[in-house]
Amino acid sequence: MTADPRAADRRAVVPLDPAIAPPGSQGFRDAGGIPADKWHADQHGETLVPTHCCFCGVQCGMYLRVDRHGKVFGVEPRNHDINRMRLCPKGIHAYQQVNHPDRLTAPLMRRSRDEELREVSWDEALDFTVSEIRRIQRDHGRDAFGVLGGASLFSEKTYLVGKFARVALKTRHVDYNGRLCMVSAAGANKLAFNIDRAGNPFSDILLTDCLLLAGANVGECFPVLTQYVWGARDRGATLIVVDPRETAVARTADIHVALKSGTDSAFFNAVLNVVIEEGLTDEAYLAAHATGWEEVKATVAQYPPSRAAAICGIPAEQVVQVARAFARAPKAMAFHARGIEHHTQGVENCLSVINLCAATGHIGKPGAGYGTLTGQGNGQGGREHGQKADLLPGGRSILNEEHRRQICEIWGIEESELPTAGTSMMEMVWQMQRKEIRGLIGICNNPFVSLPNYAVVKEGYDTTEFHAQFDFFLSETAANAHVVFPVTVWAEDEGVMANAEARVVKHNKAQEPPLGVRTDTWVMCELARRLGAGDKFAFDRTRDVFDELRRASAGTIIDYSGITYERLEETGGISWPCPSTDHPGTPRLFEDGTTYHADGKIHLQVVEWHPPADPYDDDHPMTLTTGRTVAHFLSGNQTRRLGGLVEQTPRPWAEVHPSHGFRNGEPVRVVTRRGSEVFPALVTEAIRPDTVFIPYHWPVPTAANALTIDALDPRSKIPEYKVCACRIEHAGTVDEVPAPPVASGHVAYPETQVSRTDPLPPTAPQGRGTSERG
Amino acid sequence: MMGRTIFIDPGRCIGCQACVSACRECDSHRGKSMIHLDYTDEGVSVASLPTVCMHCEDPVAPCAEVCPADAILVTADGVVQEADATRCIGCANCVNACPFGVPKIDLQAKLQLKCNLCYDRTAYGLAPMCATVCPTGALFYGTVEELQAERPGVQVADTFVFGESEVRTGVAMVVPAERVQWPVPGGLPVVEINGKDVRR
Repeated sequence: MTADPRAADRRAVVPLDPAIAPPGSQGFRDAGGIPADKWHADQHGETLVPTHCCFCGVQCGMYLRVDRHGKVFGVEPRNHDINRMRLCPKGIHAYQQVNHPDRLTAPLMRRSRDEELREVSWDEALDFTVSEIRRIQRDHGRDAFGVLGGASLFSEKTYLVGKFARVALKTRHVDYNGRLCMVSAAGANKLAFNIDRAGNPFSDILLTDCLLLAGANVGECFPVLTQYVWGARDRGATLIVVDPRETAVARTADIHVALKSGTDSAFFNAVLNVVIEEGLTDEAYLAAHATGWEEVKATVAQYPPSRAAAICGIPAEQVVQVARAFARAPKAMAFHARGIEHHTQGVENCLSVINLCAATGHIGKPGAGYGTLTGQGNGQGGREHGQKADLLPGGRSILNEEHRRQICEIWGIEESELPTAGTSMMEMVWQMQRKEIRGLIGICNNPFVSLPNYAVVKEGYDTTEFHAQFDFFLSETAANAHVVFPVTVWAEDEGVMANAEARVVKHNKAQEPPLGVRTDTWVMCELARRLGAGDKFAFDRTRDVFDELRRASAGTIIDYSGITYERLEETGGISWPCPSTDHPGTPRLFEDGTTYHADGKIHLQVVEWHPPADPYDDDHPMTLTTGRTVAHFLSGNQTRRLGGLVEQTPRPWAEVHPSHGFRNGEPVRVVTRRGSEVFPALVTEAIRPDTVFIPYHWPVPTAANALTIDALDPRSKIPEYKVCACRIEHAGTVDEVPAPPVASGHVAYPETQVSRTDPLPPTAPQGRGTSERG
Repeated sequence: MMGRTIFIDPGRCIGCQACVSACRECDSHRGKSMIHLDYTDEGVSVASLPTVCMHCEDPVAPCAEVCPADAILVTADGVVQEADATRCIGCANCVNACPFGVPKIDLQAKLQLKCNLCYDRTAYGLAPMCATVCPTGALFYGTVEELQAERPGVQVADTFVFGESEVRTGVAMVVPAERVQWPVPGGLPVVEINGKDVRR
């Protein structure tokens, strides 16, 4: 397949949209929406609060509609640079969480798992938590208590999670659910560039001549980004999609490489092999700006297209087509997401893409570069300021003496008091199984759905002596806890998030929290106070935490010191590093050719493909892969409670190729070495015959993650969600989707209950289709 | 002919149903969506496209033409309004007449419901809610010139043939450029195909 022959003409005449510009480089535009004094406000006393969506890493601007009583009741599109009024169905429904009947409004507690969770006072819940922390740490050491944070929290709160664990609990065990998201990309970026973020802003997509999307289901996971993808296509850019499924974006691609899951690095090595063979490398760029090229070259010589074709299950010609399209393009960009990152060689997969970008000189230019698409709203910001097991604020290493000293000065503690590096999220669960970690605080995460190999996760959590969870809905994980703290949703506090471009954006408070609900900031500070560290946590507001975060990041690569709330409101977002208040931020990296390594060069890394962790055999000959659907977000704790989204996609399915002989909707049992579950079959030619896909947003017995393997990438410790061995069988009836848990005394929200029990399959991979379906 | 209208581009649709959600959220039919999201080749492809009211104009919208209660009004700017609640008798004639399958009947209320091009928004110069949020631009609101400025070379059609009947619509469809080229809203010239005027 070749690019549209009219491409060159189109490119010549299409003006670039002046409304889309990297933040800080031009005037920011936020002129749309409905001014608060227009028709709505006149009629209802309504106001519009500018903020951003709480869900994915795109961070679309939106207005929350607030009535005269101060209650959020709707959404209005906002003409922010990032999304230009656009919203996906999750963004449109997000506001419905704010005053949802399932909201937790009082702390829940039980002294043992034999009891029911019951509503208690804040004092009782906090006292019990503190006494359990003290008991466990006294009897088993400080590291016997762990903290697991979340990347849906504002950056201020993720900063506080790291500080709370290390200063108040003095434990080394803190990690976060971004570990399940894009840490492979983070690891690769650190190795290659010594900076952990995307190289280019979204707006650069509009400037590129060739866009490579690897393992990135943009249409369902980042729908608003498709306007950039289509914008590039309108200008004649070649679109290459690497994905085992024909996703909505793959359907329109010039080249769709439907490779077998778990073979990405073999493919990219082979692409680089062709690039070298055909003399398409940018040797001048490599000589001036890269190290390790000779070693990479020698390795990829072992990956001719024929070998990649055999490993990846694709035609060898596709390797050549991709190599030529990417390397010959005047400007090319590569974006990847969980599809290549959720692997035991996730870091290497990302490095193989970086090798390709560097070898072709597509780095650090408008329209040329790389990026990772973060799945969680603050997937980028959530890892920057010390929530990760081995990192201190500003991305400092907890193992580096100089970095430790700097942070101890800011925190006002002795260096000897600062714990060392902890372990990753999945490893902490294994430690819980082994009783090395006996107590846990989870903050806005839902590992019962989101971690792989559910049986191991359940056993780990059940083994803990004490488990507290922060959340605003009773997640499957919170329902298993001893204490549940009801905390605010995003619209009830202000704070910042960093999106997939590393653009820091500000969320604004739209309403007061319901009576009985406190901010995560307040709960952490109050726990710290009761643990005797109150002087280190004297924060009245999230805004105060941000000021300390700015100071703590000053002088690092992840420098927020020049970013203020006021500047964020004026500019609509600033990309870090931003070292001073007159600095415009850094939307695009490496424009001068230097990276953040001491020698200023890209450190290219040799990548050798190896097979996935779960071997195929006669009993398990097929590949199970997992992913998202457009209507739901992560573990579904939020979106499985919103009527419109439940109606759109009420249940998971198993996507199988027609060659297996299933009828659409027929029950299909998917069996892996961890277990088996039954789903309605969605029979479609849009998936490889050797592959099964299940979306992962639901709990057992319809949980994809009851089937996935808890094998980890040795460097990033990300689980291998995207590939495990499986077989499929005919079955009798499909497993019913359980209702989302609610606090005792509450009734499940009826709007979400009707279609949830529907045993029918979806109409298409994107969801159910029209509700009018016969 | 409407100056500004909706253009549907199936090539851009990702089936996300943001339009369905947005329609449910807009103030015209709060809580109810007037959009169908259809999957055109189930089991083979993920291709999809939204169907909104096409606001037919020639000779008059079929739904309005068959309405025995004269409940469906067409405004001067070409918007086919939903049935007037004070006149609609819930007979479903409009449902049967519409070649695109758009109007719905609320059986309990005995009332027709359909897209009115977000009259409450367009009257203030805003785009309809569905076209405002559509993440991909599969629903575009504006003039054909604005569309073509943003997407050069794009071709659209506003005439649909059902057997021997031909319906000209106020809402237009983006068609593959190398395929049939129909006239567009706003009066671009009729295009011949194989020497034949495609409108005859």
